[in-house]
Amino acid sequence: MFSLIAAEAAIFVIFVVAYLFYVGKSISGPTPSVLHVPVFLTVCLLCSSWTIHRAVAALRRGETGSFARWWTSTIVLGAVFLGGTAREWQHLIADEGLTIRTNLFGTTYYSLVGLHAFHVTAGVIALATVSLFTLFGHVKREHAARVDLVSLYWHFVDVVWIAVFMVVYVVGR
Amino acid sequence: MSTTDSVGWAGTRIAPRPFVDKLHEWVTTVDHKRIGILYVAYGLTFLMVGGIEATVMRLQLIRPHNDLVTPQVFNQMFTMHGTTMIFFVVMPIVFGFANYLVPLMIGARDMAFPRLNAFSFWLTAFSGLFLYFSFVGGYGLYGAGTAPNVGWFAYAPLTAKTFSPGHSTDFWTLSLLVSGFGSIGTAINIIATILCLRCPGMTLAKMPLLVWLNLVMAGLVILAVSPLTAAQLMLLVDRYLGGHFFDTQAGGSAVIWMHFFWVFGHPEVYVLVLPAFAFASEIIPVFSRKAIFGYPVMVAATVAIGFISMSVWAHHMFSVGMSSGGNLFFVLSTMAIAVPTGIKIFNWLATMWGGKIYFKAPMLFCVAFLFQFLVAGLTGIIQSAAPFDWQLTASYFVVAHFHYVIVGAILFAVFAAFYYWFPKVTGRIYGETLAKVHFWLFLIGFHLTFDFMHVPGLLGMPRRIYTYEPGRGWDTWNVIVTIGVFFQAAGVLAFVVNMIRSYFRGRPAGSDPWDAWTLEWSTTSPPPEYNYASIPVVKSRRPLWDLKHPEDPDWKYE
Repeated sequence: MFSLIAAEAAIFVIFVVAYLFYVGKSISGPTPSVLHVPVFLTVCLLCSSWTIHRAVAALRRGETGSFARWWTSTIVLGAVFLGGTAREWQHLIADEGLTIRTNLFGTTYYSLVGLHAFHVTAGVIALATVSLFTLFGHVKREHAARVDLVSLYWHFVDVVWIAVFMVVYVVGR
Repeated sequence: MSTTDSVGWAGTRIAPRPFVDKLHEWVTTVDHKRIGILYVAYGLTFLMVGGIEATVMRLQLIRPHNDLVTPQVFNQMFTMHGTTMIFFVVMPIVFGFANYLVPLMIGARDMAFPRLNAFSFWLTAFSGLFLYFSFVGGYGLYGAGTAPNVGWFAYAPLTAKTFSPGHSTDFWTLSLLVSGFGSIGTAINIIATILCLRCPGMTLAKMPLLVWLNLVMAGLVILAVSPLTAAQLMLLVDRYLGGHFFDTQAGGSAVIWMHFFWVFGHPEVYVLVLPAFAFASEIIPVFSRKAIFGYPVMVAATVAIGFISMSVWAHHMFSVGMSSGGNLFFVLSTMAIAVPTGIKIFNWLATMWGGKIYFKAPMLFCVAFLFQFLVAGLTGIIQSAAPFDWQLTASYFVVAHFHYVIVGAILFAVFAAFYYWFPKVTGRIYGETLAKVHFWLFLIGFHLTFDFMHVPGLLGMPRRIYTYEPGRGWDTWNVIVTIGVFFQAAGVLAFVVNMIRSYFRGRPAGSDPWDAWTLEWSTTSPPPEYNYASIPVVKSRRPLWDLKHPEDPDWKYE
């Protein structure tokens, strides 16, 4: 899993480098000033790291009920984040006229944030699969190590968001 | 050490099964040895294909104003040749050997993730087929179909929709994207296997060098292939979604594609050459009858190469006009990588020094590997100096240099590995005479082609040209270079005949024909599906030496 994370991190590094390289190089069209800083969504995603940590800790102690609750709240937080991103994109496309083909900012913004959102989606699907198993009572204390791998991935996605947030909303604006 | 004698299957006669059953077994296999063989067979098939493409190019260039093929086909040939040889020949072959040998050498029963292993192989397999489908697919059989023609590094803006209409570039980028996922999967698998499945007693410092080198190689794959994957995703965004990453009209940059490509491309060279080092590090000691010289230094040099290779990529780009600080950095880092590489060469020489050398085919190929790799390294250092590179870049000197690395070093080491492990994989000894014929034909052909290819490069012949004017002093050299190709082809033919004939008619090999020292020689040839009936326990880097010489075991001295 650490190897996979290293590979994924390398992919993100390239997209981040491209974003930073092209900041302010758009010839026409909207600039990064049209973005709203998604404070609420960021808090949601960072909290989800905490909830998933609590979930795995609960499973290690064998408390499957508590595990299920923390795990589900992680999914909810992830889904809220995705929904918020979708609304932001809808606003950007419909109101600001910024699409992936508008200018360089559009291209790099949508591909970097989109790549991250894709990973969040994959994470939510993985989390949902685990909770499906939990629903049927297949997740027990001895599976803590496996569930921990999923949580590792989720933490990675969160850490990447911190990087993307810094690049897009702090440095790039 | 516990017994490693496995139950012998070699003598048992099993009733022949229908072909469909066998095929089904191979297609659905998750056994690391079978997947290894599939990888290697796949790589060999594409070696023939890539070789034919090279031959077409050399025939086209044999004389000035030749028009054997059209310029379009010529462009497709060099694109497909490069892409094929890197991604669908050398990478599958080194992955195949890693798959086959790593679990055996560390005393494991399989890779860490057998199904991921099979999945990775089939991803690679289908991406190669997909690339070649471009010859008939896309816009169909007009000329040579719509095979990619943008060069193997596909510089922007050639890949933009405007300059590359149709689907040829899509074939290229999608195929490399998919094969990249396969490579990353295999690399993750190799790392997990080495870190988690070593047999009792095998600490990291007691692993065979081959395993160490493959560990570093897998790490490099993860850090090098992922940027390529990212760059391919951007190219797809550009081509399909109308993005502007590499679109200079909208402020995009063609140079950043070069950076992204070579940040993959240069570590990739080390991904390919580290397994070649690995083969040499196993074969040279056995045929010199000495333990490897300076094991800890070899490991340290390997790791150093791994690190430094991540910071040399822009020496492919001196001529695009970077800042002088950038040039200086990449000149120095490129020169620095020669140090750990030089250490390796000296260690191999020191291993042979004072040894009792047996010049069997694997050793012959390894000796040739040593000398040719040295020459390749020397022309590499020449070009690491940016001013010299401005003169020589994109000339045939560069082509000669990197073929010296890829053919002279990597392919020779791969042939050595084929002969060395053939008895283990098939249970039969190869024909030594035919192997020597192969060696000498290939050696002569190699030197005819690639020694003399340096000269037209120095005389200013650019690479990737379709044809040239007579009277520039290039004519004779090009004839010699093309003649060498036929010697190489004859050598490869001898190799193929030898492999096929020995597979059916070779003498039985027994489990340890070379009196070697690493674990894979302690099980039967070919090894049973479970490798070891009981997991071996090792005490030193040469467990079989300890077993054979209980009066003077290695572990007393390590």
